Amino acid sequence: MTRYLKEIISGTWSLFVGMGITIKYFFQPVVTLQYPHEAVPMTPRYRGHTQLVWDERKGGDKCIVCNACMKTCPSGCISLAGEKLEGAKQKSLTKYELNFTTCSLCGLCVEVCPTEALEFSKDYNIAGRSEDEFKYDLLKRLKETHS
Amino acid sequence: MSIDYEVIRLAAFIVGIIGFVALNAAYLVWLERKEAGHIQRRIGPKEVGPYGLLQPMADGLKLMSKQLLVPDGVDPVLFKIAPILVMTPAIMSFVTIPFSETLAPRNLDVGLLAVFAFASVNVLGLLLGAWGSRNKYAVISAARVVSQNVAYEVPMLVVIVTMVMVTGTLNMHDIVTQQMGGFWQWNIFRLGVSPLMPVAFLIFFVCMLAETNRAPFDMAEAESELIAGVFTEYSGMGFGVFFMGEYANIVVGTSIATVLFLGGWSCPFGLFPGVHWFLIKMYLLIFTVIWIRWTFPRTTFYGLLNLSWKILVPVSFFNLILTSALLKVF
Ligand code: SF4
Ligand code: SF4
Repeated sequence: MTRYLKEIISGTWSLFVGMGITIKYFFQPVVTLQYPHEAVPMTPRYRGHTQLVWDERKGGDKCIVCNACMKTCPSGCISLAGEKLEGAKQKSLTKYELNFTTCSLCGLCVEVCPTEALEFSKDYNIAGRSEDEFKYDLLKRLKETHS
Repeated sequence: MSIDYEVIRLAAFIVGIIGFVALNAAYLVWLERKEAGHIQRRIGPKEVGPYGLLQPMADGLKLMSKQLLVPDGVDPVLFKIAPILVMTPAIMSFVTIPFSETLAPRNLDVGLLAVFAFASVNVLGLLLGAWGSRNKYAVISAARVVSQNVAYEVPMLVVIVTMVMVTGTLNMHDIVTQQMGGFWQWNIFRLGVSPLMPVAFLIFFVCMLAETNRAPFDMAEAESELIAGVFTEYSGMGFGVFFMGEYANIVVGTSIATVLFLGGWSCPFGLFPGVHWFLIKMYLLIFTVIWIRWTFPRTTFYGLLNLSWKILVPVSFFNLILTSALLKVF
């Protein structure tokens, strides 16, 4: 009999304890992110597609068109071109195309670049309807984001 | 002249009650989703309208646009009247519930009895719906619904008998007027009559949860074991009506709990009684019902029957005997 009563009382008590826990959560602020309206700031180590680094002093890209990234890329997804402008010491970049459909994000291009002209973007919201939307013109992107 | 007045009164109450039930059914779903969201630290519906307030309309529209399937082999008559059999008694129960001093459709002397008579039809609706579906899951689930309802009707009615002994009437209006003037007058706190009054309230509340098939006693639906239980074969608005019936039953159950134990429309401090107090108490109880749902997982069927026959029935009988003894002595 005492065991029976004890069981009822401790059982009922545990139910109230459980309800206490849930009501505590009810009044705590929400932790979810309203995804399409809000975005998470990505961690510094996040690897999105590669992009060119903006050079503050020069007001453009840092690339010297050494072709190292193109040569080292195991997937062959980089194609770039440059030309020597009148009076300039180095070549300057005229075209930098990244075919992100084949990029494996190995990071070799970022590693090998002598002028640190490449970095990973923090872009994770990429979606598209056709393959062509993932053939990025990185030079154009750089100019667009800094215009 | 007086007949005219009666007819208008009747029409007003029919429209009022159906509107009240429909609005409640729609917005309790919204409340349920919001509350569930916040308990899980989400926001819940928010896209359709401000705070997701138009969500019930969108849901209703979606349900109505779906095809009403009547599968081969069902009993078409039973299959079609079952949702109505669940919904109608829920609406009928409101006939006797007094929302305030003046706002009561009918002041019946046997009001309490009438509500429970209507409430028992609810089980019949679920049983017929499941039987008419000719679906094994639905039939198994209907058997569970019936044994669950029988199990929980017993302690609930024993508590009601206790309350009727204490109040000395079946008239809900009189039950409330007895409890006017501060929360210490409410039946739940009348420890002088019986020290087990709060326990009686607890038993009533648990039985109400089980009667309305709410979690943790939602054996009728049991969507993880029985697909959707008795509703398995229902689609579109047929399912929607079952769902609305469930919410209407919650409103009825919490209203009766408010009237019987929490002093109906009386103010806790003895001031300004009115319909607002009734609604506040009722919605606080509904909030608790939803809160319970998102706290406890569904019990097993043995757990459910054990709770009723081994705990609620003996305790409620003990309470009945104790109360009657105390009433006799004092
Ligand atoms: S990350 Fe790797 S695969 Fe992608 S472009 Fe750079 S080198 Fe090529
Ligand atoms: S390795 Fe760097 S500097 Fe060389 S071409 Fe590629 S981006 Fe330009």
